[in-house]
Amino acid sequence: MLELVDLSHTYGSYRAIDRVNLKVAQGEVVCIVGPSGCGKSTLLRSIAGLIKPTGGTVLLDGKPVDGSPENLAVVFQDYSRSLYPWMSAVANVGLPLRRRGLDKKRRDAAAMAALEQVGLAGAAAKFPWEMSGGMQQRVSIARALAYQPKLLLMDEPFGSVDAQTREELEDLTLRVCAHHGMTILLITHDVDESVYVGDRVVVLSKAPGTVVGDLPVQLPGPRDQIHTRELDAFVRLRAEVGRLVRGMTPHRNTHGFGVETR
Amino acid sequence: MPKVNGASLLRGLIGTAGLLVVLEAAGRLGAWDTERLPLVSTVLLRAGELLTDPEFLVSARSSLTTWALALLVTIAIAVPAGLLLGMVKPAELAVRPLIEFLRPIPSVALIPLVILLYSETTHMRITVAVYAALWPVLINTIYGVRDVDPLAKETLRSFGFGPGSVAYRVVLPGAAPFIATGIRLAASVAIVLVVTSELIAGGIEGIGVYITIAASGNRLDLMIGATILVGLFGILVNAVLVAGENRLFRWHRARAGAAT
Ligand SMILES: Nc1ncnc2c1ncn2[C@@H]1O[C@H](COP(=O)(O)OP(=O)(O)O)[C@@H](O)[C@H]1O
Ligand SMILES: [Mg+2]
Repeated sequence: MLELVDLSHTYGSYRAIDRVNLKVAQGEVVCIVGPSGCGKSTLLRSIAGLIKPTGGTVLLDGKPVDGSPENLAVVFQDYSRSLYPWMSAVANVGLPLRRRGLDKKRRDAAAMAALEQVGLAGAAAKFPWEMSGGMQQRVSIARALAYQPKLLLMDEPFGSVDAQTREELEDLTLRVCAHHGMTILLITHDVDESVYVGDRVVVLSKAPGTVVGDLPVQLPGPRDQIHTRELDAFVRLRAEVGRLVRGMTPHRNTHGFGVETR
Repeated sequence: MPKVNGASLLRGLIGTAGLLVVLEAAGRLGAWDTERLPLVSTVLLRAGELLTDPEFLVSARSSLTTWALALLVTIAIAVPAGLLLGMVKPAELAVRPLIEFLRPIPSVALIPLVILLYSETTHMRITVAVYAALWPVLINTIYGVRDVDPLAKETLRSFGFGPGSVAYRVVLPGAAPFIATGIRLAASVAIVLVVTSELIAGGIEGIGVYITIAASGNRLDLMIGATILVGLFGILVNAVLVAGENRLFRWHRARAGAAT
């Protein structure tokens, strides 16, 4: 459903990403992992139409993206800046639904349903600044869910919450997105997280970022924070991704899962 | 936003009352000729009486109308202009030198010119007040628009909202606390300039005109009484606007509080 063809972007003379090629199928959860500053956010912002990439194309369902595409939602790392402090949680979640042409009653109903899914039904009337970081990020996730996008982009969504909340939110994301059949592109700099959450892990090189690895994750489901992480397959895959992220040569196919380098 | 709490209010009232008592005592003990400059109690009594004096009330209503219209015109011009200049950087750069040139010109200095331009006194007074009141609203609006988080705007854009929706749904509410502060400053400035233009340019109605007439009749009690009422009105307007800001923009205070 999403295809990046030779996607490149330069800020002035600084090359942030360099000819990124990627195909994402409908319903896939793809994690993009790479070192800090390698252009992950730049990549995401190009897909979301927030910046115009200086080279290459983004195709959504075969059509080139121009401006912000319909049916796309973004969850940013900085929940406190991305939520509107003058609006209650339910109003924040309901706001994008104006694009769907729903009246207030139906917007509120959809927003309440989404808040319920993320376990915040009781906090609907609260304002973002009355909530903990984890709760705020739940509201952002609910906002994306209520919009029912076909493609959900997440830019280090769990980077600013504590470890416990992070695990909860990872599981929450997996659960509700499987339920909605959404396609997800999750960006992270955390190797562990990319393997735990993804159906597929795409590794970007140091700046300028380009795809250096594309690994399918074959782990038995449903995933579980304790058991999945102690599986041999998980540990090996994590090591493999870790090597790629650090720019070392990968161990080609020695562990029985496909490592494809480009 | 300035916070008024009970204790500081009480202290202010005690201080004011104390000063008034001292002045009253000094006057009664013959510190000055109370035939010329009346006692505090006399002035306060007059001020109270003015509130039911039909002649004064006609003037007060005229000044009030001028002030309210001036404030409305100010908001109608300065808020949209500030939003535009805040959002469109090239426009702001182009207009900045003009603003820096016009802003320091005292509005009072324009009164003779404005008198020549307008035959209608209300229009003249409104123009003078608007010229002075415009700047705090304009500058605060520009500043407020700048302060809106880029990520807040991008979030809405990423959901497919256009620039108009982003301006209306994110930039305007985000800048609103700053705009409100600008309007509060403008309200005070406008009171000063409405009365000033009435004093300088004269006319038939208006508190400034009333004060001029009282002066020509050597009625210092009425002059000072009317002046006190203007001052009290200013305090009242300010208090009401501060209370409104504290109520409406709780989110802004909460966030500013969390940041510091
Ligand atoms: N608006 C911008 N202007 C100039 N340089 C930028 C801009 N945004 C990001 N960069 C630079 O591009 C590089 C990649 O940034 P980013 O995509 O945010 O990386 P990541 O999300 O992987 O940490 C960084 O070196 C950053 O300094
Ligand atoms: Mg980033």
